[in-house]
Amino acid sequence: MENIATSASHLRSEDVNVWFGERHVLKNVSLNFPSNQVTALIGPSGCGKSTFLRTLNRMHELIPSAGFAGKVLLDGHDIYDHDVDPVDVRLNIGMVFQKPNPFPTMSIRENVLSGLKLTGRRGYNAAELVETSLRRASIWNEVKDRLNDPALSLSGGQQQRLCIARSLAMDPEVLLMDEPCSALDPGSTRRIEETITELSDSMTIVIVTHNMQQAQRVSHQTAFFLAEDGNPGRVVEFGKTDDVFNSPIDPRTNDYVNGHFG
Amino acid sequence: MSDIQDVTAEVPARRQLRTKPFSLADRLFYGITKSASSISVILVAAILLFLLSQSFATFQTQGFDFITGSQWNNAKGHEVFQIGPMLWGSVLISILGIIGGVPMAIAAAYFIEFMAPKPIAKVATVLVDLLAAMPSIVIGLWGLYVLTPVVAHWGSLLYGLHHVSMGPVNFDIPIFAMSDGSVPSTFSGSPFIAGWIVAVMIVPIITSVTREIFSQMDRDLINSALALGGSRSSVFMRVILPTASGGVTGGVLLGLGRALGETVAIFYVLNLVSDINWFNILQSKGGSVASLVLQKFGEGTPNEIKALMAAGLVLFVLTLLVNWLAAVIVNRAQPWRKI
Repeated sequence: MENIATSASHLRSEDVNVWFGERHVLKNVSLNFPSNQVTALIGPSGCGKSTFLRTLNRMHELIPSAGFAGKVLLDGHDIYDHDVDPVDVRLNIGMVFQKPNPFPTMSIRENVLSGLKLTGRRGYNAAELVETSLRRASIWNEVKDRLNDPALSLSGGQQQRLCIARSLAMDPEVLLMDEPCSALDPGSTRRIEETITELSDSMTIVIVTHNMQQAQRVSHQTAFFLAEDGNPGRVVEFGKTDDVFNSPIDPRTNDYVNGHFG
Repeated sequence: MSDIQDVTAEVPARRQLRTKPFSLADRLFYGITKSASSISVILVAAILLFLLSQSFATFQTQGFDFITGSQWNNAKGHEVFQIGPMLWGSVLISILGIIGGVPMAIAAAYFIEFMAPKPIAKVATVLVDLLAAMPSIVIGLWGLYVLTPVVAHWGSLLYGLHHVSMGPVNFDIPIFAMSDGSVPSTFSGSPFIAGWIVAVMIVPIITSVTREIFSQMDRDLINSALALGGSRSSVFMRVILPTASGGVTGGVLLGLGRALGETVAIFYVLNLVSDINWFNILQSKGGSVASLVLQKFGEGTPNEIKALMAAGLVLFVLTLLVNWLAAVIVNRAQPWRKI
């Protein structure tokens, strides 16, 4: 495995293990997510990459039977320390889900501000925050004249960018994306990918994707997850995206990125 | 090698498509389901017709006062039948039942769906459904012997609030006062107690409808609210409840349909008085159309029984309206449900 942690490490997992009940689903995942880098997590279905993503902002522990071992360090601080409030973790590490899911009862504007409402924040400039967040998610020009329309009146791709804006309004340092384009058409997918590239200037991004081309287009580094024959999922290979796709070391990585299985 | 399709040829005539079932078994099945659904429509229509024909005379002699007036006299020559206090009484105890029952039901549904470990959730679901199956008479007797003394105690505490005067703190809460200014010795037979009985009876219906709606909500919608840093309570108040509100309202109205028609249980705990009680919920004086029918039917004079039929018709129409409203609201809530 190639060591690429050259810039200051921002988010890091150390020997992360996950169980659901008695089932060991992830084993000793140690990855570095340097600042301003996009990391793609790839691998066949059921390899644990989405599960791993959810350990990074403690969403994982919301599943009743979930178990966890290891460390996740944000700027060197373990987010699983017993005196850390998971709510604070999630304020620093935002998340975008697979299906676009704006809050259906809220307008576009209210969706952007929903995180602040949910956390009871006060004293922010709402108009300014709505505009900056929507601009960063590259959707401002499409919705600036209809901010009070229901969020569900937007197309699927627009809804997903609204969800990104909703996360950005909380100004997280890290953004986790769980197959954010899998429910979208190619045009919307391209726009989200452009947004990801722009956002990586200001934050750390981790994206789970099934789409090999997408991983190559948006990410700087790639981790290949695999769960073989009932064994827990693990990282087979981790390195610069170019290396993982063009000169993989492990033959299984080679087979997967070239579409021989998965 | 591929071909270019020739589309210039004439379009053939349209053919009849078969929409009815083909095989004997399918036709039989179609017939059975069709007649079963027809029977329920016919039954409702028949009941409505019967009530209309029986209550025609009463509406003719009593006029609109039947609904608004407050007198009831079955003595020959002095017959007056008016259900105003009963009709308002039904509405009042339903409102009280909703105030008491809805928060309980929603909290129970939330716990079962989102917080309870699976085995506990299963047991709780069964118990709540069991409560729905509890015979009305049992709840009535329980209300009379167990709930009444307990609620009477709460009643006396609340009565203390009807007029508060402690130094600078001065206020009145009129709903806790008595209409005639008297000092009550007991708080039994009041709409307050009947309201709690209604609450107990509608909780299972509202809980199971609400639980169903919660379970149909997209989990990632809730997860994204949590991922934004929301606490459980803020996520519940700002995301779960607003999103589910249409369906929950429908469930509440379904429960209300039951509350309005509730007869025996109310009959045991409520003091039926033919004098309208607008809002003095602690006063031992109330009304309920369904309980009125139960109270008067056994020994009713022929004209009185016709008046009770008319009361039944009014209740029927009211319940129908509530159920229709429930259907409209639940339908309107559909677009927000998980597909």
